[in-house]
Amino acid sequence: MVEIVGKTNFDFMGKRKYTFMASGLMVFIGCIALFQIGWGTANLGIDFVGGTAVQLRFDNPMPIEEARAALVQGGLGEADLQEIVRENKLMIRVKESNTIEEEVADRIVKVFEDAFPENKFVVDSSVEIGPTIGKKLQKDALVAIFISLIGIIMYVAARFEVRFGFAAAAATFHDVFVVLGIFYILDKEITLLVVTALLTLAGYSLTDTVVVFDRIRENLRIRRRQPVDQVINSGINQVLSRTMITTLTIVLVLIPLTFFGGEVLHDFSLALLIGVLVGTYSSIFVASPILVVWKGSKGKLLSRA
Amino acid sequence: MKPVRGRLLALGIIVVLSGAFFLPSTPFFQMLPSWWQENFPSKGTRLGLDLQGGMHLVLEVQTDKAVEINLDRTADGIMGLLEDNDIPGVKAKRFDQANVQVMMPGDHTDDEVATIITGTYPRLIQRSSDQEGVLIFGISELEAKRIKEGAVEQALETIRNRVDEFGVAEPLIQTQGLREIVVQLPGIKDPKRALRLIKSTAQLEFKLLDDDHPLARELPQLIAAGQEDATLAAFADRIPEGDEILFERQVNFDSGVVSKVPYLIKKQAVLTGDLLTDARVQIGDFSEPYVSISFDRTGGKIFDRVTAENVQKRMAIILDDIVYSAPVIQERISGGRAQITGAYTTQEAADLAIALRAGALPAPVAIIQNLTVGPSLGRDSIEKGATSMAIAAFLVVAFMIYYYRISGLIADVALVLNVVGLIGALGGLEATLTLPGIAGIILTIGMGVDSNVLILERIREEIRQEKPVRLAIDAGYNKALLTIVDAHVTTLITGFALFVFGTGPIKGFAVTLCLGIGINLFTALVGTKVVYDIGNNRWRFKHLSI
Repeated sequence: MVEIVGKTNFDFMGKRKYTFMASGLMVFIGCIALFQIGWGTANLGIDFVGGTAVQLRFDNPMPIEEARAALVQGGLGEADLQEIVRENKLMIRVKESNTIEEEVADRIVKVFEDAFPENKFVVDSSVEIGPTIGKKLQKDALVAIFISLIGIIMYVAARFEVRFGFAAAAATFHDVFVVLGIFYILDKEITLLVVTALLTLAGYSLTDTVVVFDRIRENLRIRRRQPVDQVINSGINQVLSRTMITTLTIVLVLIPLTFFGGEVLHDFSLALLIGVLVGTYSSIFVASPILVVWKGSKGKLLSRA
Repeated sequence: MKPVRGRLLALGIIVVLSGAFFLPSTPFFQMLPSWWQENFPSKGTRLGLDLQGGMHLVLEVQTDKAVEINLDRTADGIMGLLEDNDIPGVKAKRFDQANVQVMMPGDHTDDEVATIITGTYPRLIQRSSDQEGVLIFGISELEAKRIKEGAVEQALETIRNRVDEFGVAEPLIQTQGLREIVVQLPGIKDPKRALRLIKSTAQLEFKLLDDDHPLARELPQLIAAGQEDATLAAFADRIPEGDEILFERQVNFDSGVVSKVPYLIKKQAVLTGDLLTDARVQIGDFSEPYVSISFDRTGGKIFDRVTAENVQKRMAIILDDIVYSAPVIQERISGGRAQITGAYTTQEAADLAIALRAGALPAPVAIIQNLTVGPSLGRDSIEKGATSMAIAAFLVVAFMIYYYRISGLIADVALVLNVVGLIGALGGLEATLTLPGIAGIILTIGMGVDSNVLILERIREEIRQEKPVRLAIDAGYNKALLTIVDAHVTTLITGFALFVFGTGPIKGFAVTLCLGIGINLFTALVGTKVVYDIGNNRWRFKHLSI
């Protein structure tokens, strides 16, 4: 038998003071990111705020400074540039143009045609999104997050107990906020795909939490007399190797997706990659300790009254 | 002995079905005999626009404008109607979003006029008016809603006709929500041209010039392009009621400089494009392209009468408020034919003919979303998706074999079954495969082994407790079952939320994710178990390679 982790007996619950602090800090940063979104100062993608994004692929390398200078001269100084050096690609974004009729995409193409006549390029993609659609997508994304969280709490509450449902939801919230916070620190754009990744990871993180909870509940039937934190600790230790291996296999698929999946999928995969790691952590260090802190009343699961 | 035949049969059917559904998505399908192509699934998955290149447009029909246009026409109709009833001198015009104002010269009673109007226009409701000699007629909210819905429907039909004439393989044109139209044009070569064609209102109007008014002589002969607003502002307060200033676009053939010619034009159109029966591109004597149009009987008659009444006057041919030409009517024109000349290329003339044949949009449309992907990026994305999928699959398969040996290999078989089933299901549903969808398949590979890991870890625990292999396997499956179901349901909840509220590529992702989870549940619980049962039945093993 090959084993990554053999039989373990870590005292996970004993560390809850530190992990709660660390998690609290990360969630706080995530909250800042969320407020920034609310105030409209966050780095939201054009799919949410409206605007134009054009991706050009040049025959020869295109120095980003020269590109910026040309855009400033063409009256598009507010454009945001991002280059993919290996492939001579350049992504130009202009947020919040009021209407598409302004034809920002055409203007961008013209700027490069005029300024660099010797460096031919093709338009790889061009995206124009009106601000009304952005507002609608923002709303839809919020509704989707809300609906899935409610669904999750209800399902877990039905299968376990309300307490477990809230603990699982708290862990899920935690994961989404932490990834949001990390993206905020990295100044990554929050696009529709990133939100999709956040929702997917919410589902994944929950799966992970449910597996741990299942085992905790199963142990209750066998070890009626043990203190709560011991029951929880041993449950986590028993599924620890499963948790590690599952996380590993997902990380194994996400790493190639992040690094070879192309620019469209990069941030999506990165959000998932970070999220899966955080989700594994939160099942053990956030969801489970909440059950220790929030003791069930008499007659409920995990009550030792 | 455990019966395995039924389960094996089910697995076999799934693999065969998946294969049959997936085949049409591959080039091999074309090589199959025709009896196969005719009798078996032939659609398969379609590549999304992000993978094959193309244009995705969301248009918003300005439905408020449609109501306004409708009321404007009603007002014109009322004036004509009253004139026919020997009540001349009545002025009618739309005065807000839902009402038409009728101003009467005097000697007719309100009731008389109102009866005539509501008799012909039963949808108009008379509203109270506080002004003497002014009648107000409105439409109900229901009627306004009906006009709006009709406008969206008609716009959809018109755009469909235009796209059909433009010639795009497998376009998708459908309404979305109350007033949006989604247009998908896969593999389109000239997105700019298509965009221009789709969004042009193509409202063709023939209007007489008001050359007798002194202002007409004061208008400048030629202005530079971009000066239109300034020119309008300069004359704004002197434009006579019922007139407007519109511009013709002129291109100097030698220098290419664009300039504009202003005209003072009577607002009321004498003839509109609704009465067209055909529009074709023709080449003139100086090899300049023009569009030749034919009117139906009614249109021909009106054209005949108007030209007869206005010989030696000028008539402007106007498309979407731009004057194409303003020729002098030399003589009465019978036969219902006219020519639209103007400064344009053969291609522009061809598109104009298409737009005229397909009919005008009932209201202007605004483009609120335009995603255009070039074919090279699409190929690039497919390549990158395939590369990362290959690497991901290799890593996971190798890891499982390294860690769980033969049992890992069995889990890998389930994994392959999983992907095969997923691709087959996507083909069966004729789903559209997008780049996020590919990401979903790759994620399924990673998450799919989770169920097997849960089971295998359980079996290991049982074996550690020295249970016989056969019992350990059964206990492992039984104990892991509920956990696996719980885990799948929770992911399905978020997948479902994504499906309901996601758009385009996100929906594609949600579909693959949900299908992948469902199929995974089956392969993990049935697919792998049957392998162990067969092994046990045959060899009754004492040791398990796990």
